[in-house]
Amino acid sequence: MSDARNLREIRAIIARHKLGDMIFLVTGLLVLMIAVLTFIALFSHMLIDGLPRLSWDFFTSFPSRRPGSAGILSAWVGTTLVMIVTAAAAVPLGIGAGIYLEEYAPKNILTEIIEINVTNLAGVPSIIYGLLALSLFVHQLGFGQSILSAGLALALLILPIVIVATREAIRAIPVTIREGAYALGATKWQTVSDHLLPYSAAGILTGIIIGLARAIGETAPIITIGALTFIAFLPPSPFKEEFPYISFEWLMAPFTVMPIQMFNWVSRPEEAFQVNAAAAGLVLVVMTLTMNALAIYLRYRMRKNLKW
Amino acid sequence: MIFWLAVGRGGFLVCEWLSRNCNISIILFRPSQWSHFKVQFPVTARRSDNTSDSSALGYNYRRHLSERFIEALLFLTAFVSVAITLAIVAMLVTESLSFFEHVSLWEFLTDTQWTPLFDNAHYGILPLVSGTVVSSAVALLVAIPMGSITAIYLSEFAPFTVREVAKPCLELLGGVPTVVYGYFALLFVTPLLQKIFPELPGFSLLSAGLVMGIMIIPYVSSMAEDAMRAVPMHLREGSYAMGATRFQTAVRVVMPGAFSGIAAAYILGISRAVGETMVVAIAAGMQPNLTWNPMEPAATITAYIVQVSLGDLPHGSIGYQTIFAAGLTLLLITLVFNIIGHLLRKRFREVY
Repeated sequence: MSDARNLREIRAIIARHKLGDMIFLVTGLLVLMIAVLTFIALFSHMLIDGLPRLSWDFFTSFPSRRPGSAGILSAWVGTTLVMIVTAAAAVPLGIGAGIYLEEYAPKNILTEIIEINVTNLAGVPSIIYGLLALSLFVHQLGFGQSILSAGLALALLILPIVIVATREAIRAIPVTIREGAYALGATKWQTVSDHLLPYSAAGILTGIIIGLARAIGETAPIITIGALTFIAFLPPSPFKEEFPYISFEWLMAPFTVMPIQMFNWVSRPEEAFQVNAAAAGLVLVVMTLTMNALAIYLRYRMRKNLKW
Repeated sequence: MIFWLAVGRGGFLVCEWLSRNCNISIILFRPSQWSHFKVQFPVTARRSDNTSDSSALGYNYRRHLSERFIEALLFLTAFVSVAITLAIVAMLVTESLSFFEHVSLWEFLTDTQWTPLFDNAHYGILPLVSGTVVSSAVALLVAIPMGSITAIYLSEFAPFTVREVAKPCLELLGGVPTVVYGYFALLFVTPLLQKIFPELPGFSLLSAGLVMGIMIIPYVSSMAEDAMRAVPMHLREGSYAMGATRFQTAVRVVMPGAFSGIAAAYILGISRAVGETMVVAIAAGMQPNLTWNPMEPAATITAYIVQVSLGDLPHGSIGYQTIFAAGLTLLLITLVFNIIGHLLRKRFREVY
C-alpha cells in the first residue's frame, strides 16, 4: 500500500517538475517573441510613417525649413565621407594591433596592459570618445568640427571591435600552417602577410563590417564634437580638374551625418518633420541591418565550409 | 614627448614622437648588439656595398632588421589602445581640474540643482546622477530578467533550428542605431504608455528606460548564453542522471557554473545602460530634475553632454568644462562597475 502511495507521490513530483519545464519553455519563447515583436513594431511603425516620404527627391535635396522639400543629401554624403576616414584609420590600426597581440606579443606586463586596455575600451561609453575627440582633435590638434575629427573619433570607438575580430580570426588558424611556413624559411612577417592574413581575411572583414555598421549609427560622439545639424551644402569634391586630381579639402569641411539629421528632425515639434525622421531612420536602419546581415552571413559561410 | 618602452626579449624601442610635426623616428637595438645601434635607417641605403663575401650575411641582416622594424610598427598600432586610454584620462582630468578651480568638489557632490548655464548657476551633479540611475534601473529591470531568460532558453531549451534563427535576429536587434530607438521611444512607446498611465508626460524616464532595456537584451543574452554554453556537457549529464529536469539543471547546475560569465554580461548591460545617450536625450527630456520617480522627465549625465554640445559654448568657458566634469563622473561610474565585474569574475571563475 505504502509503495503504491510513494509511487503516486513520486509521479506527482515528476509531473510537477515537468510542468515547471513546460512553463519555462513557454516563458522563454514568449520573452524571445517580445524582443522580436518590439523590433517588428519599431520597423513597421517607421515603415508606415516614413515609406510614403521616401522618393528620389528625398535623397537629392538638402535639409530645409519646409519639411515637405527637405532631404538627406548632405547627411548621406557626410556619412559616406566620415566612414571613409573611419575605415582608413581603424582598419590598419585594428589589424596591426590584432596581429601584434596574437603573433608577436611576448608574455610580459606590457602585453597584459595592452590586452586589458583593449577590453576596457570596448566598455567605455561612446560619448566619452566624443569628449576625447572634442578636446584632442577639435581643439588641441586644431582639426576643427570637421569630417576628419568625426571619422577619427568613430575609428577609436570601433578599434576594439576590429582588434578582437582580427585576433579571433587569426587564432582560429591551426599552428601547422605557421610551422609549414617557418619550415620553408619564411620570416614571421612573411608568414603573417602571405598565410595568416589571407586565411583570416573573411573573419577580419566580418569584424570590420560590424564595426562600420556600429559607427554609421553612432550619434553621441559626433554631436559632442559639435557637428552642425543644418548643412545645406556639400563638402568640397575629392576630385579636381587639374593635377594631382585628388584633393583632401573635404577632410576639414563641416558636415552632418544621417543619425544627426534624424535626431534633429525627431527633436522638432512639428509632425511633418517627424515623418522625415521616420524616413531617414528607415534608410539608416536598412543600411545598418544590411551590413550586419552581411556580416552574419559571412560568418555563417565561414562556419559551414572551414578549409582545414 | 619621449616614450621609453620595453619590447620583448630584452630589446628596447625608443620612440621619439614630436606630436606637432608628426615626425616619427624609430631606433631599434638589442643590448647584445650594441654595435648595431649605430646603423642608420633606412636600411635600404646600404644596398650599394653589396660585396660578394658579405652579401648573404647582409641579406640576413637586412631581413632581420626589416622584421624588427615591422614588429615595432605593429607594436605601435597595439600601443594605440593604451594611448587612447591615457588620452581619455588625461583629457577628462585636466579639463575637470580647471572646472574644480571654480566649483568646489563639495558643491559638485551635494548641491541639489544643476543649472550651469543660468545666471544663478548651481553645479550639483546629483540631479543628473539621479536621472541616470533611474533610467538605468528601469532598463535593467527589463534587460536582466529578459536577457537571462532568453539566454537560458537559447542555451538549454531551444531546438537547433530555433537557435539558428533567433541568434542572428537578436544580433540584428543589437545593431539598430540608438537614435532609431530614441525615435521609437518618443513616438511609439510613450503614446502607448500614455494610454495606460494617462498622467504620463511626453518625456519620461520610464519610456526611455523601457526601450533602453529592450535594446540591451541582445548584449546581455548573447554574452550570458556564450558563458552557459561553455559549461561542459558532462555536468548537465550528471544532473540529468540524478533525475533533475532541464529547468532544474539550468538553474542549479549551468547557471552557477557560468556565473562569472553571466555576471560579466550583467555588468556589460549596466555600463551600456549608464552610458546610453541618444534614447534618453530624445525620450526623457533634457531638464535636470532631482527625482527618483520614473514617471517624470529628467536629464541624465549623457543627455546633459548632448544638450551642451548642441549649443555653441566657447572653448575654455565654465559651461564647456562642465561637460568634462560630467564625463569624468560617467567614466568613474562605469569604471566602478567594471572593477566589480572584474572582481566577480576572479572570485567565481570556474575552470573546467
